[in-house]
Formats: sequence, structure tokens, C-alpha cells
Amino acid sequence: MLEIKNLVVQIEDKRILNGLNLTVNKGEVAAIMGPNGSGKSTLSYVIAGKEDYEILDGEILLDGQNLLEMEPDQRASAGVFLAFQYPLEIPGVASMTFLKAALNAQRKARGEEELTTPDFIKRVNAAAQQLEIPKDMLKRALNVGFSGGEKKRMEILQMALLQPSFCILDETDSGLDIDALRIVSEGVNALRSPDRAFLVITHYQRLLNHIVPDTVHVMHAGRIVKSGGKELALELEANGYADYRETEAA
Amino acid sequence: MPAVQETIDQVRLIDVDQYKYGFETEVEMEKAPKGLSEDVIRFISGKKGEPEWMLQWRLDAYKRWLTMKEPNWARVSYDKIDYNDIYYYAAPKKNPAPKSLDEVDPEILKTYEKLGIPLREQEILAGVEPTNRVAVDAVFDSVSVATTFKAELAKAGVIFMPISEAIREYPDLVRQYLGSVVPVTDNFFATLNSAVFTDGSFVYIPPGVRCPMELSTYFRINEKNTGQFERTLIIADKGSYVSYLEGCTAPKRDENQLHAAVVELIALDDAEIKYSTVQNWYPGDAEGRGGIYNFVTKRGDCRGRNSVITWTQVETGSAITWKYPSCILRGDNSRGEFYSIAVSNGKQQVDSGTKMIHLGKNTTSRIISKGIAAGKSENTYRGLVSAHRKATGARNFTNCDSLLIGNQCGAHTVPYIESKNASAVFEHEATTSKISEDQMFYCQQRGLSEEEATALIVNGFVKDVLQQLPMEFAVEAQKLISISLEGSVG
Repeated sequence: MLEIKNLVVQIEDKRILNGLNLTVNKGEVAAIMGPNGSGKSTLSYVIAGKEDYEILDGEILLDGQNLLEMEPDQRASAGVFLAFQYPLEIPGVASMTFLKAALNAQRKARGEEELTTPDFIKRVNAAAQQLEIPKDMLKRALNVGFSGGEKKRMEILQMALLQPSFCILDETDSGLDIDALRIVSEGVNALRSPDRAFLVITHYQRLLNHIVPDTVHVMHAGRIVKSGGKELALELEANGYADYRETEAA
Repeated sequence: MPAVQETIDQVRLIDVDQYKYGFETEVEMEKAPKGLSEDVIRFISGKKGEPEWMLQWRLDAYKRWLTMKEPNWARVSYDKIDYNDIYYYAAPKKNPAPKSLDEVDPEILKTYEKLGIPLREQEILAGVEPTNRVAVDAVFDSVSVATTFKAELAKAGVIFMPISEAIREYPDLVRQYLGSVVPVTDNFFATLNSAVFTDGSFVYIPPGVRCPMELSTYFRINEKNTGQFERTLIIADKGSYVSYLEGCTAPKRDENQLHAAVVELIALDDAEIKYSTVQNWYPGDAEGRGGIYNFVTKRGDCRGRNSVITWTQVETGSAITWKYPSCILRGDNSRGEFYSIAVSNGKQQVDSGTKMIHLGKNTTSRIISKGIAAGKSENTYRGLVSAHRKATGARNFTNCDSLLIGNQCGAHTVPYIESKNASAVFEHEATTSKISEDQMFYCQQRGLSEEEATALIVNGFVKDVLQQLPMEFAVEAQKLISISLEGSVG
């Protein structure tokens, strides 16, 4: 599914990713954990195609396609979805309008028919219900005046609607209370399927109690320094990242 | 929602050439001799078959104009205009005053067809809801070539005709109101217009009548080196209502052309006038060559108690825009509103805004202005809100937002607030924002292209104002805005 080979990235002369290798298979939920500044968010932005980053070496393949040669919107249509840590506000654009524009843009890019309005509304309503998103929230301008929890639920709603094949969750648990965390996690779990892979980026074990990963990778100084099963997350929770810092120093 | 999609589609369709109304029509024209003189004014007045008082009015204006100086306080710069290098009158040679559409030069009819302006009533009627009909007055250079639904409007007592015709047919009405809102001496461009105006629309709504359909005038400048000096006069008598739309386009040319219009609105007791403009004059090319100089004086007089005047404008065209549709709130409890979207791209310069002059008691006004600057353009909002000492209880709310696209354009807000009455409450809010790279990335991450993302964000930005426009115009305006911003990203 996703294959990252020897990725070296810098921003304003500062090296952030330092020869990162990572493979995520179809149907897999991979968690990436690591201390602040280890390059987790950079990794998610580089996969999604944000400008500002200088790619010095390496490649990112999604089902064999070279993502680094594609524009962000092309990557989205190819199946990449990034649930933002800080979702952006789009004043004056109703969430519903935004969802429809995005969905139809992707369908068009893939050469599919656009959805009719009734079909579209049916799909949105079904997804919204599961995420406990009230209808009037869909009429409000996207993310404007939304609480932290509402913003994250809106991200998952978009994910549910766009049906991407590779989903990145960037610190989705940050700013969520217990109830919101449950709703968001259930939304994500409902989307787990043999055809879809997830990259779950988080600081804490907490989220991984709800979204149970198949693999856990520890990131440090722009590299994956250890990989293992879900028990690795518990180990980290108990011992912290101190071991890895020492490894680096040694 | 469909409108957003349409905007996006429209953006895709447009190629390098963004201005799609830039074609020229080959029609043999009769023109006044080039330049401005008493003889030219007599020529225009004679062509229109005007009464002596009208000619005298023009000549007085001309004498006054000769003593005036072009204003230079606006934030625009342009080469000096040579007023003697302009034709002040150009009319189709064949039948300049057609009685019916059959007499109109087919080339001109084709022009309006291309512009999508319906002139044949039977075609308009086919398949259109009766409530959505729009009566059109089509002004081609210096003359009105067709006015639709005149007969039907007359049944309701509504007068809708070219002003040159009204001067002959309703001289008393015209004489009573012409120049009563924008005096002949008002300003350099209004005075020039008073001397040489050629055509425009005249509307009179009798007491208690709700005008049965939208009225509109469509202005087209076609002839080279010709100025257009339109004059529009709308009177809403007691308790009446009218909604009026104005549209404008011009061919692409390397030279600049002058458009100096005067629009006067008068609302008597309990009357309401809604005046909407979609201004799409040729803006010039990317290097700033050509384009219309748009120096316009628009003013409404809420003369009666409880009267309402609303200006809504969508400005996307013109090389230079100098335009401040204003309201004089004379009647007690009267209300003035100004909703504006001004889009500038390339090297366009916009200096536009409004004046709300509170004279009567408990008068209210509301100003919502959205400026969008892209390319190397300069976009200025200039507005005055004033309360006379007798304007007890005057209230104003102003909101000016500017959106910048790219980093070579400028947005400026110049508000003037004057209050001579301690009870007046004026509020002013202003914001300037940029479409952030993060917003763009967010939209693109969801599958929208750069252009689609810009269209969506801009549509959101102008939404409050678009909602004020009549439905058909709102869709049109939305498309226009996207077209104007084409190529402004990346």
C-alpha cells in the first residue's frame, strides 16, 4: 500500500526527516509514536504534499504511484486523506457545500460521475448520524466557531464521505474529551477495512486503547527507530521515550 | 450549492482570454464631430429632439464644467484624459430610434444575443415563470435600441423608457426630478455628464404600485474612441416598490474609454428602491493596456418618511473605478443600504465606497463592503457616514472586509465619520485577510484544485453580499467573480 524509502526532508535548512523508511500494508493500522519534534507531523504533511518542505532524497509510493510527483489534490484523488491536527476554518462556506465540492472534485478527477444532490445528502446524513453531528452543524461555515471536538468529528466525517484508501490521523486525540474521543474512535474503527490502511500519529497510548493498531513504530530524530506490535505502545507509556534519546546519544 | 459548482466549471472553461465580452460589433455609426463644444451639445440635443429647456440645461452645465478641475483625491492614477479626443455621440446609422425590434439592426440584435440579454418578449416569456421576468432597456453606445415589456408595465402605470424619450413624453416629470439629487454643479464628471448625456433609463412608479417585474438596463460601449454618458432617473412615488438591475460590458481595446454616468434615485414616503449593478466593463489587459475609465456618480434620495434605498454592486470590470453610490437620508425613519463586492485583478484600480448622509430623525444605514484584490491591483474602500445636527437617533453599521490574493496587490480602507448629533450611533468594523497557504493546502488535501479552492474561499467571503442580489444575478455575479480572479493563484 504505502512505501516510504530513505526519505530525507528539510525546511529552511533544518533537517527534519533523516532517511525514514516505513511500509504500511493494506488493511493495516500503523501507529507512529514519538516525542515532540521527532518529525511526526512533518511526515504527515510530506505524504499529503504540503509545500514549504524540501525533499532531498527518497520516495513515497502509494500502490506503486510516486506521490512526490503529484499535486496535493491529485494525491487526495488517489486516496490520501489527512485528518488535520488543527483543521482550518473556511468562513462563509457551509460545511455541506465544502463536502460536496470536495467529493465531486475527487470523483471528477477519477473520471467518475458526480453525485446527484439527493444521493449526496443521503450519504452525508448517514455518516453524520454515526458521528453524532447535528444537521445544523452542516449548515454552519466549515470549522468556524466549532469546538475542538466538533472540528475533529468534522474531519472524520470528511474521511467517511471521501472513502480514501490511505488515512493519516495527525494527533486526532489532541484536545478531545473522553466522550469525543470515543465518538471519533468509533468513527475511525467503522472505516477499518481490508482495503484501507491507517497511519495514526499520536503522543499518547490513550488513543490506541480505542483505535487498536496492528503495528507501532517509534519515531525519533526523523527516523523510525523501533517497530513492533501493539504492546510496544504500552511499553512506551510505561518507560517514556528516554531510552531512545540515549540510544541516539550513544 | 449548484452555483458554486457552476463557478468552478466556469473557471475551467475560461482559457487565457478571461474577458468573454470583448468582441466588437460592425455597425455603421453616426457620430458627433470629435471633441466637446457648444456645437456638439447642440448636435446631441438636436438628435434627441429635445425641448429648449433641456438644451439650455446642458449648455449651463457645459459652461460650469469649463471652470471645473478633475478631482485628484482618489487613490487611482491614470494618464491625463484628453476630453477633445473623444466622440460624445455615436448611434447606429440605420434607424437610430427603432419603433420595434424588427427595425433594429440585426448586427445589434446579434450582439445582445451573444451577451445573453433577452430582447424578444415572446422568447423571454417562453418557459419562464411569470414572476421571474425582467424588462430590459438596451443602450448601445449613445442610444437605447430596445425596451421590452413597455406596454405591460404601462398597464400597471409604470413608466419605463429611454430617458431621451421621457424628456419628450413626460417633460414635467423629468424636469421636476432631473438634477434634484445630483445637482448639475455636483462634481467634475457629473457636470460633464449633465452637458453631454446621451441615453439611459427613466423609471416612474406611481403611488402604491409594486412594480410587477424586475427592470434592467444593459449598457454596451461598442464604438471606438467613444465615451458613454448614461443618465438614469428613477422615481418611486409614495408607497411604491421597484427593483432595478444594471449590467455593462465593452469590447477589448488598447485605448482607454471613458464612461461617466449619473444615476439619480428618488424614494418618496414609504417607497423602496433596490438598485443592483453588475459592472463588467473591459478591465484592460494584464499589462494595464486599455480598459474603461469608470467615473460614476450614483446617489439616492430617501426624500420621504420611511423610505428605503438599497444599492448592491458587484464590480469586476474597468481599468479605473471611481464610484460611490450614496444615500441622502432626508425623510424621518428612512433607511439606506450599501452592499458591495469589488474585485480587482491585473493592474485594475478601484476606489469605491459609499456616502450615507443622515439628515432625518431615526434614520438608519448599513454598509457591507467586500474588496478582493489579486494580481497587481489596488483596491480602496472609501466611505463617508455623517449625521446632521437634526439627525437625532441616526444609526449606522459599517463592515468592510478585504481579501488579498497574492502579495503584489493592495487593499485600503478610508472611512470618514462625521457626527453633529450626540445621539447618533455609528459602528465601524474592518478586517483585512489573505487566503492563507494553510487554507489552500487544506482544500487541496480534500481534492480541490487551486482554482476550485480559490473560488470556494472567495465565494464564502462575499456570501453576505451575494445574498442581497436577485437570484439570477447572484449566479451571474458569482461566475463573474471567479472569471475575474482566473490566473490569480499559483
